[in-house]
Amino acid sequence: MNKSLVYNRKKLFIFIVAILLMVVILIGRLGYIMIFQSEHYSELATQLHERERQIKAARGKILDANGTVIASNKTVCTVSVIYNQVSDPEKVIKVLSEELELSEETVRKKVEKISSREKIKSNVPKAIGDKIREYDLNGVKVDEDYKRYYPYGSLASKVLGFTGSDNQGIIGLEVKYEEYLKGTDGEILTVTDARGVEIDYVVENRVEAIPGNNLMLSLDVNIQKYAEQAAYRVLEEKQANYVSIIAMNPKNGEIYCMVNAPEFDLNDPYTLNYTVDGDVTDKEYQDLLNKMWRNQSINDTYEPGSTFKIVTATAGLEEGVVTPESTFSCPGFRIVEDRRIKCHKVIGHGTETFVEGTMNSCNPVFMDVGLRVGAERYFANMEKLGLMEKTGVDLPGEAGTIIHKLENVGLVELATMSFGQSFQITPLQLLRAVSAVINGGNLVTPHFAVGVTDTEGNVIKTFEYPVTEGVISKETSETMKYILNMVVKEGSGKNGQVEGYEIGGKTATSEKLPRGNGKYISSYIGFAPAYDPEIIAICIIDEPVGIYYGGTVAAPVISELYANILPYLGIEKADTAENAEEESN
Amino acid sequence: MRQQRRGKRKIVGTKVSMDYSLLFIIIFLLCFGLVMLYSTSSYNALIKYGKATYYLEKQILATGIGFVGMMLIAKMDYHRFVPLAAVAYIGSVICLILVKSPIGIEANGATRWIGIGPLSFQPAEAAKLGLIMLMAVVITNNRKRVGELKVTLGIGALAVPLVGLILILTKNMSSALIVAGIAVVMLFVASPKYSHYVCIAAAGAAAVVLVLLFGSGFRFERIQAWLNPEMYADGTAYQTLQSLYAIGSGGLVGKGLGQSVQKLGYVPEAQNDMIFSIICEELGLFGGVAVILLFAFMIWRFMIIANNAKDLFGSMLVVGVLAHIAIQVILNVAVVTNTFPNTGITLPFISYGGTSIVFLMAEMGLVLSVSKYERTEISDRVRK
Repeated sequence: MNKSLVYNRKKLFIFIVAILLMVVILIGRLGYIMIFQSEHYSELATQLHERERQIKAARGKILDANGTVIASNKTVCTVSVIYNQVSDPEKVIKVLSEELELSEETVRKKVEKISSREKIKSNVPKAIGDKIREYDLNGVKVDEDYKRYYPYGSLASKVLGFTGSDNQGIIGLEVKYEEYLKGTDGEILTVTDARGVEIDYVVENRVEAIPGNNLMLSLDVNIQKYAEQAAYRVLEEKQANYVSIIAMNPKNGEIYCMVNAPEFDLNDPYTLNYTVDGDVTDKEYQDLLNKMWRNQSINDTYEPGSTFKIVTATAGLEEGVVTPESTFSCPGFRIVEDRRIKCHKVIGHGTETFVEGTMNSCNPVFMDVGLRVGAERYFANMEKLGLMEKTGVDLPGEAGTIIHKLENVGLVELATMSFGQSFQITPLQLLRAVSAVINGGNLVTPHFAVGVTDTEGNVIKTFEYPVTEGVISKETSETMKYILNMVVKEGSGKNGQVEGYEIGGKTATSEKLPRGNGKYISSYIGFAPAYDPEIIAICIIDEPVGIYYGGTVAAPVISELYANILPYLGIEKADTAENAEEESN
Repeated sequence: MRQQRRGKRKIVGTKVSMDYSLLFIIIFLLCFGLVMLYSTSSYNALIKYGKATYYLEKQILATGIGFVGMMLIAKMDYHRFVPLAAVAYIGSVICLILVKSPIGIEANGATRWIGIGPLSFQPAEAAKLGLIMLMAVVITNNRKRVGELKVTLGIGALAVPLVGLILILTKNMSSALIVAGIAVVMLFVASPKYSHYVCIAAAGAAAVVLVLLFGSGFRFERIQAWLNPEMYADGTAYQTLQSLYAIGSGGLVGKGLGQSVQKLGYVPEAQNDMIFSIICEELGLFGGVAVILLFAFMIWRFMIIANNAKDLFGSMLVVGVLAHIAIQVILNVAVVTNTFPNTGITLPFISYGGTSIVFLMAEMGLVLSVSKYERTEISDRVRK
């Protein structure tokens, strides 16, 4: 008898039951992991598998007053290779070195480098990127990206600014309005294997990028272009250091143009706009770049000189220490305390009214007015006209006033300040102060940005800028317009005249420090129409060679600009000069 | 028993056709195993050998050889293997010793293979078959006295050289555990006694407790890693944790065949010990449970065949194979689900491994052969 016994069956059954029990336990365990802990482990696994790849958001455009795009984006490509996916390295090397115009050696080194992803070249034009894509090479990736593009090149370069490698604003409006322009980057979540190689067949998780909003400016490309032309012409003629021109609406502070010639190429901001002699270190080169990027209209201060007599005159009228008819006498100098301060006309202007004194830009007249006002009231008037504070313009890095402390201002200091010396302000500060003088007494905030629109063009934000009303009386304002009109009509600002228009203005010639070095700043500030100003502009010429009188070199620049842009702005010609004069009287 | 003593009934063997249900499960598991092997191994194969089908081809070859072997064995009368039992046992002992000879192959710090030319072979797999055969013979020869402690220990001692050699020479804890388990189960089923096995169970439990309390070094760290896998994520528990990630991310219905991400190098050598975790990731809880139930059904068929076997030798052969498959499947699933500390153990028929599949198929051949001879009880009265 050779058979299995009954107890064998029974014990085998016991063993089977034990096994089934364990199977049940394991199924329970499996169920627990796969149902109740599934989320936990899935999440951990996903964290392990996914790699983030950013999709850059398109940066918002910058539009001028007419809606012309002056800063936009260009699609560029980044070409890279994935070592593990390259199937025909020789062909890849050949195609890439040819299409990207790189040496075969450079490309070979990158293609044969064992890395998860090797960048061959970025900022590749889209056309070339598309061409490479058409070869359909395994392991070659062409990713699209945005690069900031400025269609007008150097136009308003120091105002607009440019962006860095991450599309972030570096200087100018680009950095000031970063929050509106930059948009929100999206991301692609790709699944990779344990070595970090992307898996093609797993569906990507995409979070789309949200493009930035568009910035609308008051800057007008046409006016800016006219101004640049004028600036470059005088820059060349007078072999000047730089020429700045700012034009603004005096009523609301909207800036129409801001030229600081020489400008630089916004599409290539890291190359100097001139050639340097000799070797420069990297640091020196960076310093030169920083210098090139400076916006002289707001970043630099200067002694305004005679244009500041507008402020002195306004203070005198406001304080009631002078009237247009007050008479003065100029012997060619004034003795203030122990100093003999000269007038620019050495033989003197003789007896003159206040209006005539302004037309002559006579220093003794203004010394008298300044001294009559007194230091404290003089400072108070400067403060009213916003000269003791920054203008609040929407550009970064604005410089402030450099001036004596009130308690240190003696008669000599006050006398020199009266004709615009011994303190420094920015050109824009002066432009703003004069705007308040001629617009009826409203201190505006100069600005470029008007509003923000979304990608569809809907306005989503309109910027409001502070205006302080009534900083000077309407009467003073009217008188000042008349006096400054007379300066251009018959005085030292004759070259600022524009045919068919009533213009008000004031010239200046300031000698740069230290005195006697023969370096000057010629400037002119002019507005039109004289009795209802729609535009005010300032021109600063730094270190002109040869004739340096503001009335001779700077006034014609603005005159030329106005001749072009006043009709463009739709400002009608006055019927006759007489009409306007009668009106003012 | 009573019937036998009365001598009223005579028992004879009847030749019937082999157990086709079992054959079907075997074929199904083999095919399923090849599909999953391809799914899990293609990535690793491509990276390592530049050919996605590298592992699949080797496995198909081994499966083919194993299948022919299985069918040949199934055709034969299993009694013809009685004289071969001792040869198989001694042969596997020699092979185990050869691991330390120049033909031994070292991999991952342990020598578990011997190889001549392109052929390589894992002696521990042969040892399982050798032990099952020899124990079946010895138990059959001593069936009257198998319950005696002396005899039980004597038969049990057969496993000791194998367990010792596997542990010492190949440092293969899991194979040693399986070999020991097969011996204990076969004796437990053969013996009429319970007390011995309660003692063995108690001793085993005590050993586990001792390791937990006083253990140190490599094994101890494994146990710590088992209890807190997330604390040892970068080291000992890396594999376990990756396996849990795979299982957990499968959810109810899985990611779909071929869609596992964990097999892409996260679960190391996904086609080996941890293949069940990838099955769960791709086929979900339903797929995982289905695989377990397939094995459960296979074990159930083994039990039926063992119970109906013509003689004790046939029964014991089947019980040995049953113990082998059951222990290995349960341990594998337990390891993969972190129910048991990590020890390298393959999933029969599915994990990659040529030796394993060939010897498993040989065991299947034996079981199928046993299934052909059914015990029938014929009453004397009927004969008259």
